[in-house]
Amino acid sequence: MKKFGNFNIAALVIGFSFLYIPIILLILFSFNESRLVTVWGGFSTKWYGELMHNQGIKDAAWVTIKVAFISSTVATLLGTIAGIVMTRFGNFRGRTLFSGMIYAPMVMPEVIIGLSTLLMFVSLAIDRGVLTVTLAHITFSMCYVAVIIQSRMSSYDDSITEAALDLGCTPFRTFMLITFPIILPAIVSGWLLAFTLSLDDLVIASFTSGPGSTTLPIKIYSMVRLGVTPEINAVSTILVGLVTVGVVTASLIGKRQKQQLAQS
Amino acid sequence: MNIKEIQVPSFLRRAFNGRNAIISIPYLWLLFLFLFPFIIVLKISLAQPVIAMPPYTDLLKWGESWWPTIQASLDSYLFLFSDSLYIHAYLSSLKIAIISTILTLIIGYSIAYSVARAPTRWRGILLMLVILPFWTSFLIRVYAWIGILKTEGLLNLALTTIGIIDKPLIIMNTDLAVYIGIVYSYLPFMILPLYANLEKMDMSLLEAAADLGCRPLKTFWTVTIPLSLPGILAGCFLVFIPVMGEFVIPDLLGGSQTLMIGKVLWGEFFYNRDWPVASAVAIILLAILVVPIMFYQKSQEKAIS
Repeated sequence: MKKFGNFNIAALVIGFSFLYIPIILLILFSFNESRLVTVWGGFSTKWYGELMHNQGIKDAAWVTIKVAFISSTVATLLGTIAGIVMTRFGNFRGRTLFSGMIYAPMVMPEVIIGLSTLLMFVSLAIDRGVLTVTLAHITFSMCYVAVIIQSRMSSYDDSITEAALDLGCTPFRTFMLITFPIILPAIVSGWLLAFTLSLDDLVIASFTSGPGSTTLPIKIYSMVRLGVTPEINAVSTILVGLVTVGVVTASLIGKRQKQQLAQS
Repeated sequence: MNIKEIQVPSFLRRAFNGRNAIISIPYLWLLFLFLFPFIIVLKISLAQPVIAMPPYTDLLKWGESWWPTIQASLDSYLFLFSDSLYIHAYLSSLKIAIISTILTLIIGYSIAYSVARAPTRWRGILLMLVILPFWTSFLIRVYAWIGILKTEGLLNLALTTIGIIDKPLIIMNTDLAVYIGIVYSYLPFMILPLYANLEKMDMSLLEAAADLGCRPLKTFWTVTIPLSLPGILAGCFLVFIPVMGEFVIPDLLGGSQTLMIGKVLWGEFFYNRDWPVASAVAIILLAILVVPIMFYQKSQEKAIS
């Protein structure tokens, strides 16, 4: 297709307005002078200033970043191994159960995952806190990483690794010299996805966190229940901005790498 | 003595080779932190609530004798079936999940189709625009709708200013708000598998149909739709299954009359502190979802291999 059809233009305009107008309004009203959400009282950044004095939000943000950083890093490691196992290890015993445990957490309702993980921690007498939230986040985000790695692994030609092994390269060296550079972009996007999944999670964190490990979504949720305020808009805008910058940068890096590969 | 001469039983050697060691790292992690917890949930759903920490009775009671007596009770399950609230909540979740999956499919298909048929140089940026909200916090995207849908919110303000309505519409805290929230939040999950399918569709088939005199609309129904069935199924599973247990959207946008089982489970756990009943609610929800989840797993495995 060289041109847009009329139906296609209409669908895209309506579809993207639906997807973006709520977020744009949310951002716009974070710069509202007035406390009332529907009355525009002039441009102001005072709500961002007020955030800086909100110790509860600052503490929650710090906990969230810590949890997201550790959980996404461990999840990337485990998920990469899982993705390689799924594509390159043939039919080992218990493979169906393994792939079931990879795919199920991605669709399983969060309340079920949250409840079951918490009940396990309680029955093992592990106190709720940063550790339990981190473990729960690693578990569900490693599945997303595994699927990203799996689709990258299955889309490149395995004969180059076979050639290396035939020529006497050890499996570890083959992995470091050939497989790893090929799947590196997938590892990076897997890490980013795991990081944002952990950053966004409310339900599982609510079940598995304890006093002192309140994450930012839990804090925002408790504020939202009390009503719409410009402060929530401000903290949301910061989060949306960070995620947008991250995703756009990652996709630009990916594009550039593709171009370099095409040139070489 | 040479170390190699020690006879290691062959099954041990097989169990401890490098290959199995690599498999066992993610395998054991998921067994322990994903599968094993469900056994605990099942166990607690068979216990009885007590005021203690943890607030449920032990399944095994160690008495005078050498062996424990099992104290399983089906009370929590019987309770779920005796109170019509729970059955209503399951049915109402099912209804909301089915309707919103269909709505998401119709809207998602139009967008995915239009992106896949857009000029090639536009596709990358359009796809990026679809993915971006998917990375943005779920909670924030639901929150954004509160300010719009409230009785004194932006939608009513806009409509009354233009003069389309003179009395504000009551959307917030109704099922309609829940549908809007679900369709909005889950749209990217529907668009992505549909786009992946539509984009690699063989266009020559459509041209062949057109050359043989088939009208565009008929071609769409008899060629495009059947060919995109795997994408449709994957998208529907990705929306239907999690929506069945959705909590955040009905809690923030729905009203007190919006019954969804995820909200009930949350309430049993956090407000009533009845862990056995919350566990029984989870086990039954899991039993309903286990078949769709297995279908989803099969379809994904087929798509990747």
